[in-house]
Amino acid sequence: MTLSFSFGLGRLALAAAGAVAIVVTGVVPQKAAAEEDAIFLPLTVYRTGAYAPNGIPFANGSRDFLQMLMARDGGINGVPLEFPECETRYDTAMGVECYERYKDGGAKGAAVFAPLSTGITYAIMELAPDDGIPIHSMGYGRAAASYGKVFDWTFTFPTTYWAQATAFIRYIAQEEGGKEALEGKKIGLIYHNSAYGREPIPTLERLSEDLGFEFVSYAVDHPGQEQSATWLSIRRDRPDWLMMWGWGVMNQVAISEAARTGFPMDRFLGVWWSGSEPDVRPAGPDAAGYKAGNFHSIGTEFGVLQDILEYVYDGDEDAARENNWGEVLYNRGLVNYIYLTEAIRTAMEEYGNVTLGGEEMRWGMENLNITAERIAEIGAEGLFEPIQITCEDHEGRGPVIIQQWDGENWERMTDWIDPMHDVVWPMYEESALAYAEEHGLEVRDCD
Amino acid sequence: MFYREAGQFKTSYAADQAIFPILQDRLFVIAVLAVAYLVIPFISTPYFLVTIMIPSLIFCIAALGLNVLTGYAGQLSLGTGGFMAVGAYATFKMTTMFPELNIVIVFLLSGVFAAAVGVLFGLPSLRIKGFYLAVATLAAQFFLIWLFNRVGWFSNYDPSGTISMPPRDVFGIRVVGSGAAPEVRYLMVLTLVVVFCLLVKNLVRSRMGRTWMAVRDMDIAAEIIGIRLMWAKLSAFAISSYLCGVAGGLYFAVYLRTVETIAFDVVLSFVVLFMIIVGGLGSVLGSILGAFFITAIPVILTRAPHDLGIPISVDMAQHLEVIIFGSLIIFFLIVEPHGLARLWQIAKEKLRRWPFPY
Repeated sequence: MTLSFSFGLGRLALAAAGAVAIVVTGVVPQKAAAEEDAIFLPLTVYRTGAYAPNGIPFANGSRDFLQMLMARDGGINGVPLEFPECETRYDTAMGVECYERYKDGGAKGAAVFAPLSTGITYAIMELAPDDGIPIHSMGYGRAAASYGKVFDWTFTFPTTYWAQATAFIRYIAQEEGGKEALEGKKIGLIYHNSAYGREPIPTLERLSEDLGFEFVSYAVDHPGQEQSATWLSIRRDRPDWLMMWGWGVMNQVAISEAARTGFPMDRFLGVWWSGSEPDVRPAGPDAAGYKAGNFHSIGTEFGVLQDILEYVYDGDEDAARENNWGEVLYNRGLVNYIYLTEAIRTAMEEYGNVTLGGEEMRWGMENLNITAERIAEIGAEGLFEPIQITCEDHEGRGPVIIQQWDGENWERMTDWIDPMHDVVWPMYEESALAYAEEHGLEVRDCD
Repeated sequence: MFYREAGQFKTSYAADQAIFPILQDRLFVIAVLAVAYLVIPFISTPYFLVTIMIPSLIFCIAALGLNVLTGYAGQLSLGTGGFMAVGAYATFKMTTMFPELNIVIVFLLSGVFAAAVGVLFGLPSLRIKGFYLAVATLAAQFFLIWLFNRVGWFSNYDPSGTISMPPRDVFGIRVVGSGAAPEVRYLMVLTLVVVFCLLVKNLVRSRMGRTWMAVRDMDIAAEIIGIRLMWAKLSAFAISSYLCGVAGGLYFAVYLRTVETIAFDVVLSFVVLFMIIVGGLGSVLGSILGAFFITAIPVILTRAPHDLGIPISVDMAQHLEVIIFGSLIIFFLIVEPHGLARLWQIAKEKLRRWPFPY
């Protein structure tokens, strides 16, 4: 045999040894060097990949709020918090890896997971009940998980995609002059062709039957850079209103395309994941008038944001702004962990000021009741609405606002709008019971 | 010296035609299997099984499938993701329609659907070759994903089009779905990998495999010596898609437990193609090495800084992972363009002659 390579056994052995060394470091389970008694809150984030422009502000908001709690109060009721980040790149397989990596972290395992992606939520909510870890998919994920009798480990508060779709229709009806005026109108939906984007479709189809408007949908494939054909169809169909369930670069492209094709911006309505600064900045002033839903308020005047400025950034507003302080998604990351830290406080009332694991945390989430007084105490008055979770209701039936981009800033433009709970709750129940049947789950008794 | 086969005489045809004719090879494979079956399940953490071993083994089957088609029969395909999706949705539909059906049988049957679809999309291979065929199979990829997105029946009319795996038992042991132990899932996937490796290894040494290779090396010459091209190409498509389909079913049911079509997009087709290129075209061992390399190394690299206690941010770690992993691929391909399997061959040659360098 003729050998035509100059690759010695020594070097081969070296390469093999290197490979083995890499593998071994990965295999040996290592306990994170951390405080023994800390409550473990892993943050699944995505600071890289196609969706990073949206992922970074959210991650910064969550991190800064928890850092502020540590700096100001030393944790919650004296119990420290540990919150390592795990990069998911908005990818389901990577999200599952994060979950597996961190579920047993800390003294008592992860207290709760906020997966921060509908795809990852779907995957993890299959695993979490086995491990006794609650899932909080705040305004994303499986809408039917609001039905607590079936999904006892998953929480969707304050609201879901289905609820938001009904709130949008209610808003459109208001603008058009009553529900009757919707008859014969054409309402479009441009959506990310994934589990996330398809979530509102059954609700909107249902409403179109009930209220008599025509519903048209336009799918945009991941990641959503290419939309010229979609917008040709939209120009041809001329919907009276257009909603968008987009994410990441898809939002930027859609909003720029809408501006370019002359779609009336004040009739273009984005989901709460399509209404942040990175989405509208590329179109800039051309996007003025574009609207988006939200389940919390925007701005920096809230006490809790001022505390972050003081304790995390030493009052340096430029540094804080560089970390997206006060942006829409920053506030959302912050609100996410206000909810969860309030659930921790609730659980502590029951279990005492100790390190909490998933079991205790689930109790805290299910008995969560954030009153208006409590919101004022946190320094979040007006940032979000009071909410109460029960055994059956894991959504809390939170309201929605509409905000508008004025070319430079997002401005809140409506009061709190109530979704049509009478429409969505029977749908949650139906979908949840179908899931329970398919998976052979028992339906809990909540009385 | 370590690998001397001198003195190992074959006295029967059966011994001469054994899969591993050399004693050392046989012992090595037995040792690997013993470790895989008897050591790994007992010493590994669930994390290691769930995030490294199970996905790597599942991709072994997919890579094996693509290697049959591309490595042995020479038909370039970019439809792997689509065929895997067929397997996943077939698994879901069958197990929800017939909950009593043994899930292992469901996995094996789901491949049949993928095989049928594969044969259908393999028909263009009778007329076109090379990159043109790649484009035709790419059409399969996009069409299948579109189909599963559009037709609600495939996902049992789930509002978001996501399918999730109900729990299933085999002989009273929970093997998939809620409550399935990682060790059980691992052993089931491992067994399937072993079975399919044996199957493919024997297929490629059989008449069928030899016709595939003849077609790969020169299809006109193959036709002249009497090989029916249609039969050879379509059988390669069928077997390849069958394996990809089973892999897709396992990827859905055993690994992620819930998927949407985006999990099977064209990126997955490329990933499996990279596995066989890096691992070695036309080699069973190459499929396994490639699958482990492409699946496991990124996971290990991503968490390495954290495990080693290097304080860098997660996004930096992720960027580093991409850089290092990309460099590793280039490094291995420069060192040995024929893939990791060839590298292993060379190592064996070296061991045989050691300590004399030739």
